Amino acid sequence: MATEQQFCTFFIDRLLFGVEVEKVQEVIRHQGLTRVPLASDLVGGLINLRGQIVTAVNLRRRLGLEDSSQTQPPMNVVVRTGEGAVSLLVDEINDVVDVEQKTFEAPPNTLVAGRELIQGVYKLKDKLLLVLDTDKAANVAAPLSAKR
Amino acid sequence: MDEVTKEFLIESNELLDQLDRDLVELEKDPKSKELLARIFRTIHTIKGTSGTLGFPKLESVSHVGESLLSRMRDGKLVLNAEITSALLAMIDAVRKILRTIEASGAEGDPELAEIIRRLSALLDGGQARMKDARPETPAKSESAEQSLGEILVEQHGTAPDAVQAAAQQQRDGDPRRIGEILVHQGAAEPKAVLEALQEQGAHASAAASTIRVDVNLLDKVMNLVGELVLARNQILQFTTTQQDAVFLSTAQRLNLITTELQEGVMKTRMQPIGNVWNKFPRIVRDLAVSCGKQVELEMEGSETELDKTIIEAIKDPLTHIVRNSLDHGIEPPAVRTKKNKPPAGRLRLRAFHEGGQVNIEISDDGAGIDLPKVREKAIQKGLVSAQQAGKLSDREVMNLVFLPGFSTAERVSNVSGRGVGMDVVKTNIERIGGTVDLSSVLGQGTTLRIKIPLTLAIIPALIVTSGHERFAIPQVSLLELVRLEGGEAAKGIEMIHGAPVHRLRGNLLPLVYLNQQLRLEAKSSTTGTVNIVVLQADGRPFGLVVDVINDTEEIVVKPLGKQLKGIACFAGATIMGDGQVALILDVLGLAQQADVISESKERSLSEVKTRADDAALGQHSWLVFRVGEKGRVAIPLAMVSRLEEFEPSAIEVSGNQPVIQYRGEIMSLVRVSEALQLSTPNRKQERLQVVVYSTEGRSVGLVVEEILDIVDQQVAITTGRQTARLLGSAVIQQHVTDLLNVPEIVAEVLNRGQNVSALAGAQHGD
Repeated sequence: MATEQQFCTFFIDRLLFGVEVEKVQEVIRHQGLTRVPLASDLVGGLINLRGQIVTAVNLRRRLGLEDSSQTQPPMNVVVRTGEGAVSLLVDEINDVVDVEQKTFEAPPNTLVAGRELIQGVYKLKDKLLLVLDTDKAANVAAPLSAKR
Repeated sequence: MDEVTKEFLIESNELLDQLDRDLVELEKDPKSKELLARIFRTIHTIKGTSGTLGFPKLESVSHVGESLLSRMRDGKLVLNAEITSALLAMIDAVRKILRTIEASGAEGDPELAEIIRRLSALLDGGQARMKDARPETPAKSESAEQSLGEILVEQHGTAPDAVQAAAQQQRDGDPRRIGEILVHQGAAEPKAVLEALQEQGAHASAAASTIRVDVNLLDKVMNLVGELVLARNQILQFTTTQQDAVFLSTAQRLNLITTELQEGVMKTRMQPIGNVWNKFPRIVRDLAVSCGKQVELEMEGSETELDKTIIEAIKDPLTHIVRNSLDHGIEPPAVRTKKNKPPAGRLRLRAFHEGGQVNIEISDDGAGIDLPKVREKAIQKGLVSAQQAGKLSDREVMNLVFLPGFSTAERVSNVSGRGVGMDVVKTNIERIGGTVDLSSVLGQGTTLRIKIPLTLAIIPALIVTSGHERFAIPQVSLLELVRLEGGEAAKGIEMIHGAPVHRLRGNLLPLVYLNQQLRLEAKSSTTGTVNIVVLQADGRPFGLVVDVINDTEEIVVKPLGKQLKGIACFAGATIMGDGQVALILDVLGLAQQADVISESKERSLSEVKTRADDAALGQHSWLVFRVGEKGRVAIPLAMVSRLEEFEPSAIEVSGNQPVIQYRGEIMSLVRVSEALQLSTPNRKQERLQVVVYSTEGRSVGLVVEEILDIVDQQVAITTGRQTARLLGSAVIQQHVTDLLNVPEIVAEVLNRGQNVSALAGAQHGD
């Protein structure tokens, strides 16, 4: 059915987010993160994805949310972007869900935090699925000059 | 664009490059039949194929060139500068059309009338002189392959008519091969046919043993091998905790295979530097003609191999340097003759491997760099103040030419002198981890030395830890490691107005704390040890203080994502043996961020002065030894290569000089007591104490009676007792000590024989 689409979903701060499955390269468990000094604090670090070095974006901070209080290490959702693979750090992985196009709605005006990253909302039966714009999410501005 | 055209373009471009070289070569040796034949064949191939593929303009222009060449081949025209220039212009025209075809798939509408007229005029000129111009050489097959008949005709093994007759005979049903027919008819010598066959075979086999591979594919394979290397490293680390014999031996095999595979793939990316140099004969010729100069180009070591990415990176800088040498360096013939130099200048390119790096030297025997003029220009352009300029050492003045906006050329030519150049050359070379060094003697020439790493993909690096994070430092920037322990740690770091420095052998080394620069946590445990990694950025040393120095490792350089591109401190990232990612420090970026470079540029002026003062004050480490019965003599420790002991019986005599076999060489010996005319001790000596001094690749042994001490002391030299062999005296450790003029003594020994009797006496132990 043309009106159905599949989303890979995950939780951040108990909000359900989704990324079109075609954009997801893979989902991997927690990986040792190498911190990058002087980088923007939106960058979580670097991971080794089978020999490829991938930048991990701290999606919580990217969305303007508080840092997680949970002790569980974040999961990596590796997405393909125009500039290669980028990993999005999320709290918890959820299922791949099918959604119907007619349940889509633009984000409400009252949504302020991270609004530019959310393309819209799918109204699922019991939850709302927020559609993430991965290209924008991965677009972490180059860090400020470290010069004192 | 179809495959055939694509292949034609690639092949033609290669052929044209070869053509450039061959033509320039031919100009020097116009009688070379072999060169002429090769040039002819190349043009013929291009003409033939362009006709087949339907590029009439390309065909027409190469046709005129071919006609001209065929006349030369037949000996009716002799190559001269005019013809060479015309032919080179034709090659350029062909190139231009090829580029248009590459871009648009069609020939476009090139302006060819002029070049065709020029070539035709030369052709007619030749014809006018040679009235009995015969019709063109035998009908050529339109294919790129050359027939045996053609080769034979080119080698003058037979007459064109005979080949045609033989070919006709074949068409009429003669089953024999063309060579057989010719030999049978007595039209060709069997030997000539054999040679021609060999040549034909050589062409065919060269084509069959190589294939063209897409560079992107090669890069991909290289990346995969890089990943394999990392996976191998991880497995090897795993083996340390495993006992399973099969697993261990398999891991070992994997290790070996991976290493070999890595080497093999690296080799596929290696290209001889000749690929870049190939275009220089043409550039040099054109420039020399347009500047009215005569230049002989020498190239040595063009087979030296470099990684493809580096070859590409040095192409433009090298071209620039060559242009510079020709334009500014080499003088016009008239000036050269006046200076008693041969009218033709010499430009030498030399490449060789040394210590895991590639050295490239570009030297000319031209005017050299006029230092006072450089100084003047630099002041005039406001690059340095007059006061600063006065204090600069010659070497520093020389390096002023690398500053942006500098040019000593009196007038701006279309070749160089616009003030962009040497700084770009330097930046480009440093970007790939190389260094540039300039030396010049006024009136005798200039030499530029470039050192570059073999490859950028896999580099040796020093792994350090700071603030619990590991970092890799490329070894090309590494000078030395200094470790300060216990009390030294506290004393070794001093502050100049808040800036930490360390005294390294008397010079101040600015210190940069890595954890401060990267805003990492400070070292938690205060063990009292300070690790300083002495690095070099932009020719200036600085000390990087890190928590732990781990190890050196071969690392695979991986680029950073776009999110991290703006951080100047990092050159990339790599994956360590445990699978974790480590960042690679960009030493230049780090130094710039820490303001080490700009600071030290100013300080360098005072540094030079301090160094000079040091020398005057005699700030040195000294090796003190006893000579003769009571003589106390010292030499700077820096002059000592090694200290050795020899059995007296090991001394032999060569050319009336005492010598000893040392490390596979013959080393001359000098008895210091004798050189200073001190009494030689009479008692029997057990073993000979020898101080080895090396100069210009030769070692000389200074025989002393006893090594006393190594002293770190500032000494005041009294020159009262100064002779040619003594620099003077000083008080070292409360004793009057003579300071030996080692170079002088050694020079004396090397220049003339020395009395051997004393040493021979020592040998017998009388």
